[in-house]
Amino acid sequence: MNNGYVGTILRVNLKTGTILKEPLNDKNADEYVGARGLGTKYYCDECDPKCDPLGPDNKLIFMTGPLTGTAATSAGRYNAVAKSPLTGTIGAANSGGHFGPELKYAGYDGIIFEDVSDHPVYLYISDDTVELRDATHLWGKDVFETTDALNEECGSNFRIACISAAGETGCLFAGIMNDKHRAAGRGGIGAVMGVKKLKAVAVKGTKSIFVAHPEKFFEVCMDARAKLKAHPVTGAGLSAYGTMILVNIVNGVGGMPVANGRDGACYADADDISGESLTAKHLIRNKGCFGCSIGCGRLTEIKSGPYKSQGEGPEYEAGWSFGADCKINDLGAVCDANFMCNQYGIDPITMGSTIACAMELYEMGAIPEEDIGFPLRFGDAAAMVKATEMTCKGEGFGKIMGLGSYRMAEKYGHPELSMSVKKQEMPAYDGRAIQGIGLEYATSNRGGCHVRGYMISPEVLGIPLAMDPLVTEGKPALLKTFQDLTALCDATGICLFTTFGMGLPEIAGMYREAVGSDESDEEVLLKGERIWNLEKQFNVAAGVEKDTLPPRLLREKLPNGPAEGKVNELHTMLKEYYAARGWDEEGIPTKEKLTALKLN
Amino acid sequence: MKQLVIKPEKCIGCRTCELVCSFGHYQQFNPKMANVTVLEYEKAAVAVPIVCLQCEEPSCMKVCPVHAISRREDGAVIMNYDKCIGCKMCMNACPLGNISYHPSVKKVFKCDLCGGDPKCAKYCPTGAIEFSETDALSDHKKQLAEHYRDIIGEEANA
Repeated sequence: MNNGYVGTILRVNLKTGTILKEPLNDKNADEYVGARGLGTKYYCDECDPKCDPLGPDNKLIFMTGPLTGTAATSAGRYNAVAKSPLTGTIGAANSGGHFGPELKYAGYDGIIFEDVSDHPVYLYISDDTVELRDATHLWGKDVFETTDALNEECGSNFRIACISAAGETGCLFAGIMNDKHRAAGRGGIGAVMGVKKLKAVAVKGTKSIFVAHPEKFFEVCMDARAKLKAHPVTGAGLSAYGTMILVNIVNGVGGMPVANGRDGACYADADDISGESLTAKHLIRNKGCFGCSIGCGRLTEIKSGPYKSQGEGPEYEAGWSFGADCKINDLGAVCDANFMCNQYGIDPITMGSTIACAMELYEMGAIPEEDIGFPLRFGDAAAMVKATEMTCKGEGFGKIMGLGSYRMAEKYGHPELSMSVKKQEMPAYDGRAIQGIGLEYATSNRGGCHVRGYMISPEVLGIPLAMDPLVTEGKPALLKTFQDLTALCDATGICLFTTFGMGLPEIAGMYREAVGSDESDEEVLLKGERIWNLEKQFNVAAGVEKDTLPPRLLREKLPNGPAEGKVNELHTMLKEYYAARGWDEEGIPTKEKLTALKLN
Repeated sequence: MKQLVIKPEKCIGCRTCELVCSFGHYQQFNPKMANVTVLEYEKAAVAVPIVCLQCEEPSCMKVCPVHAISRREDGAVIMNYDKCIGCKMCMNACPLGNISYHPSVKKVFKCDLCGGDPKCAKYCPTGAIEFSETDALSDHKKQLAEHYRDIIGEEANA
């Protein structure tokens, strides 16, 4: 192949042990690009939307994009696709690091895992040699232990994606971890892997990726890199402070939820947990994913005290969830909880938000102390870290927290206090103070999520145009474009963070020169819209609940800060959004729209 | 004379250097075909790009039985593939492991400074690889070498 793809899909039946190498479906690759798009297309063609996410019929698909592993900027990504056990939606989780490119160097665009194994296994891939190997000795081990053991067993130059005990025992927000610290984190995709008794994938490759127009491709890639280097966010801010730079910025607009959103969205101690503090006190060095010119990753260390530890992160969302959301101003505790999430392969957004929800329920007397085993109050750093550890290890009350905040709060009679959409926790931005991100949470195809249409960009950072976070005008139409562009970006295999500094012309340009297409920017963007509608179609068929927000965001006015008195005006925006999408008033894609996108 | 100067303290381990190197020489993206390799020392939390240092007295040049390795005017130690018989003696002789072999290239290969404009230095996003005059940087290099020998020494020898 000389079009960015490497041309082969691995199909692994875990029940029979059969491993097939089949040619990539070119038509699907053309229409759905790769990674999130192509993985979802394969999934939707082969799986029943009503299937049990934790049953044998839910397939698990790893898919790279045509730019993955090339010199396109930040092109280290792959997607893991399955029906999400947390939300019941299509679950596509995206991860960086070095695993995705290595899979392509071994000669495979993706892997489709079918059915379940009767004993723990891992998939060994060394170029043409592909084997299912026994993983009984690895079962129960955490991410770091598993990775080290497999590097010992297969070779130090193998790249490992794996789950820990949390994924094995059904934590509904367990992710798949690769290169130890990188996560296909959200939606519980790791629990799907656990049910399959698939402990890990170990891959090493020595082959090449070829593109259609090498010289031109290299040129547009290096131009895009230069553009990112010159941009204040991708060239300076993210490199200097990581995503934690957002703590003070988002708090500044009164949009960082405090105490499960109960106490508003202005955190008095924000400075203590900011990116500036993290850099000054705990940073060892920056770390980049494969081929990344941004390098937002942080290697950090808590040098002393009760939380002495070393690891990667935290990202802003984890900094918020364990910090402001639990009212913890001890950055050491926040880092320690985040490191644990990496070690045990769980999603720190859902983890922190679930603890915050438990804290609110505990303080109002809805969860009795004997159920938890200790007082779980806002501001108690030791209790927060302990709750994280219990969930990571599936111990005691951790088993209930491992179901996520919605199921936990429902059990105690207050599902409305779960800060989630479609049972997945919303990240670190308050939809009352930042209207458009509220609409994104409500309409995201995988439940509460910020990385399907990052409205913080225009509403807070002023990129690519500045919008007042408090108004609703113009947001629905822009969100639609953002969501389509994000779907395209994810599908190519490059990192969403590149879109702070570049846009459709660069993404479409790199895509065209790689695959050898002469489509216009608009035609390429249409593929993103097609992916979005395919995901939506799946969710409708799966019977996912309607687009809405927790009552707190719709009815409880913000008590303080620049957005004081505000609620999210979802109803106004939702109508306009459905119209912009060409869907009916219930938010169902119309026949005309689906026909126009070649989806029926 | 200009030389590739490695600054591990700036390296983020992204391996862009490997990509642009393989592309520059073969128009393919394949880190295993690159003349530069980034080594990650996990415990020491350090990443170091490893590339031919164009030694003053290259072992590879000394052991080559057919005299296929020579020094170019700009200082680069280069291979003459008309003479090379692929015996791989040079690979064994290089004390730093900076000569490689790849089945699809079917020959040994090493850094040739891209003919005078090394792409790894040109496109490294953080300046961890620089192409600069050697004298000006020798003090800095000595200090760094000692620093990194201390912190990664144990791991490298393990």
